Amino acid sequence: MADPAIELINIDKSFGAVRANKSINLRVDKGTIHGIVGENGAGKSTLMSIIYGFYQADAGEIRVGGRKVSISDPNVAISSGIGMVHQHFMLVDNFTVIENVMLGAEQSPLLAAGIQRVRDELKRLEREHNLEVDPDAVVEELPVGLQQRVEILKALYRGADILILDEPTGVLTPAEADHLFEVLKQLRAEGKTIILITHKLREIMAITDAVSVMRRGEIVATVKTAETNAGALAELMVGRRVLLHVDKGPAEPGAVKLKVEHLSVRDARRVKMVDDVSFEVRAGEIVGIAGVAGNGQSELLEALSGIRRAEAGSVRLLDREIDPIKGADPGALRAMGLAHVPEDRHHMGLVLPFSESENAILGYHRDADLGRGVFLDPAAVRRRAAREIEDFDIRPPDCRLKTSNFSGGNQQKIVLAREMERDPEVLLIGQPTRGVDVGAIEFIHRRIVAMRDAGKAILLVSVELDEIRSLSDRILVMFAGRIVGERGPETSENELGLLMAGVTSQEAAE
Amino acid sequence: MSRPYVKLPAWIEYGLIPIANVAVAFIVAGLVVLLVGESPVEAAKLMLYGAFGYGGGIAFTLYYTTNFILTGLSVAVAFHGGLFNIGSEGQAYIGGLGCALVALNLDTVLPWWVNFPLAVIASFVFGAAWAFIPGWLQARRGSHVVITTIMFNFIASALMVYLLVGMLKPMGSMAPETRTFQAGGQLPKLDWLFTLFGSSLGGAPLNVSFFLALLAAFLVWVLIWRTRLGYEIRTLGFSPSAARYAGMSQTKVVVITMMISGGLAGLMALNPVMGDQARVQIDFPAGAGFVGIAVALMGRGHPAGIIPAALLFGMLYQGGAELAFDMPNISRDMIVIIQGLVILFAGAMENMLRPGIGAAFQFVRFRPSKDVQAEEPR
Repeated sequence: MADPAIELINIDKSFGAVRANKSINLRVDKGTIHGIVGENGAGKSTLMSIIYGFYQADAGEIRVGGRKVSISDPNVAISSGIGMVHQHFMLVDNFTVIENVMLGAEQSPLLAAGIQRVRDELKRLEREHNLEVDPDAVVEELPVGLQQRVEILKALYRGADILILDEPTGVLTPAEADHLFEVLKQLRAEGKTIILITHKLREIMAITDAVSVMRRGEIVATVKTAETNAGALAELMVGRRVLLHVDKGPAEPGAVKLKVEHLSVRDARRVKMVDDVSFEVRAGEIVGIAGVAGNGQSELLEALSGIRRAEAGSVRLLDREIDPIKGADPGALRAMGLAHVPEDRHHMGLVLPFSESENAILGYHRDADLGRGVFLDPAAVRRRAAREIEDFDIRPPDCRLKTSNFSGGNQQKIVLAREMERDPEVLLIGQPTRGVDVGAIEFIHRRIVAMRDAGKAILLVSVELDEIRSLSDRILVMFAGRIVGERGPETSENELGLLMAGVTSQEAAE
Repeated sequence: MSRPYVKLPAWIEYGLIPIANVAVAFIVAGLVVLLVGESPVEAAKLMLYGAFGYGGGIAFTLYYTTNFILTGLSVAVAFHGGLFNIGSEGQAYIGGLGCALVALNLDTVLPWWVNFPLAVIASFVFGAAWAFIPGWLQARRGSHVVITTIMFNFIASALMVYLLVGMLKPMGSMAPETRTFQAGGQLPKLDWLFTLFGSSLGGAPLNVSFFLALLAAFLVWVLIWRTRLGYEIRTLGFSPSAARYAGMSQTKVVVITMMISGGLAGLMALNPVMGDQARVQIDFPAGAGFVGIAVALMGRGHPAGIIPAALLFGMLYQGGAELAFDMPNISRDMIVIIQGLVILFAGAMENMLRPGIGAAFQFVRFRPSKDVQAEEPR
């Protein structure tokens, strides 16, 4: 057996009454990629924060390379050879790559010497690890994948032997993710140890040597990746069997409920994000829009829901013409029977400091049954919230609790409950399961299918190809603002992936 | 990476922490007094006696409190909408103009109890109108209200000097102020309330505007937490993108919020103008609009917090004046230092003691227990 790079022994950590980590024992061997999976709220980030010195454990010990260390802050972690790549990059956007790498390791008041040293070092790292990046590029001008590489270089520059990556592929395109995996494999080949935190089982299966599953603050299993499979891991994560596939009958499309013709939308920077898009959604069908994030799906949803003005085109909602150019009032659209589950629940779908009940009426706060005249009746608001909580099994079932205290999955259920309970005719759904744990995904998918079976027209936008494929009755692929193809749900992932990358099937055939 | 958020019970959050903050402010102030060579204990006694020790003192304290409640509410309403209204001072000043127009025209025609509601409306409308412009500029042009309201304070000041010197000053007078209002333009003092307790006002200007301030505090609570408009204001304050998603008109909500905020500041004018001096003088708000910022911060934007915070500042104003009078070594400026310390510790540094108090509370309340769900701090 190889030497351990890092060992955690009986780590305990509580926040108030909440035990985020319970007697964690973990051993990561040198020169391996070790995955840590678990649902949101399982304690993965807390554990990594303890390793990196953001938090101190209440009990237990950490050994790096066999030596006991007390990691009191990130500087100690860095000097022990631990580097971390955060989910949200810790980069200064308007600094160059060199400046970012140097940040915090300048070593002298004048920068010239430091810059030269970093430049030399970057060249060496580039040679040794194939981590190519223009040292003088400004970070904000780099694609996300390269920004992440800068984070990795930063950690390596500081002499990291153990690299922790927190949800590294969340922001990457599939191609970028593949490239990242190549880099990680190479780093492993050079003897670095990598800890990969994710909730995507496919990545675990693709790249790790061993995997630990966390559930409710505990490590419930550590297994060799080669000796397990995705289904078994998913089961360990949620503690029971999950359906990764959605049970649904064939669609029975009815009348056209939403008809979009030649819609074009520009974003705040005046870049054309939606370019001459036409499609229709019928009652009783789910139309999925597949695409890599940033190809116009967000702007399309915003234009359809009245949040953003379109530049050209027409939209027909339930046989009524709405004017997307002047910008329809989202409130009026809601009254007509359009509901919208926004992609970004933290910034749009919810007001996090509000109580659950206050979020249960967002956008519907003018409803007549919620109060008299200008007044809101708190009891009526709570009654509605309580009904939605029960109906969607939102936990904890306390409508007075602050929304930020709910887990990601339950926050999403709050939004879905609010938008579905009004029994809309047309439902726009963006990223229904982003950051949502496996158990809730299954529930959410079932509800979406139930809406379809009740004869509602549903437009679904998701960057999760699996989700699009298992829910949709028709799939539209968006690339660079255009709809580049329409396919059935049985289309292979490969074909859709090529379309999403802008390769037409003709080109693919050649 | 944020620190784990542990919810503290209300009595700590809204009781213990503010009191501890004020206590620290007073301890530091005591050190300053010691430095000047006076006894802090003696000074505290004098101050408390001056503010609460006798009828006249209490009445003066409540008179100042009235000003601060109204300006505090003004700032707080804007806060809820995510707007930092620094212009309560100027809005109160212009509110005084509305108030004066009612009093000057009707004081010999109608009794006070008819003029009072009219003056309430006029001062609210004038204050609201003065806040409308920055509100509209913010909503439609993106000009930041912090900048525009500060500038509008100066414009209000210049405008009022121009009007007082050039138009409202009676002929032959040397003082830049309006004529004195007759009985119909004067609000009754609250003598009766004090005689009820066997005390007397002792010449203090406490008047019916005090009840107006309390009523306004209640109405602000209703507005913010019990109306659909208040819901929109709070949504916008927390998350403009969620407000847009929900179909709320940002322009409308910003403008209305600023107008309500300005109107509340305008109401403050009634207290000194019709309640005390019976005329409009140069710079009668005397900084009450700015104190309102501290009051709103300290009161966490909630009327139930704003009233005690206003009382604290009323006490500092009244007790401080007496202290300066009785201790020659302690000048008016010393009082300003003490007030500044309270603002510093209770407003700007209000989170200084929280981690310590929070940790102490957790230590006492929670021993590690089993059977609790894990939660991942985000």
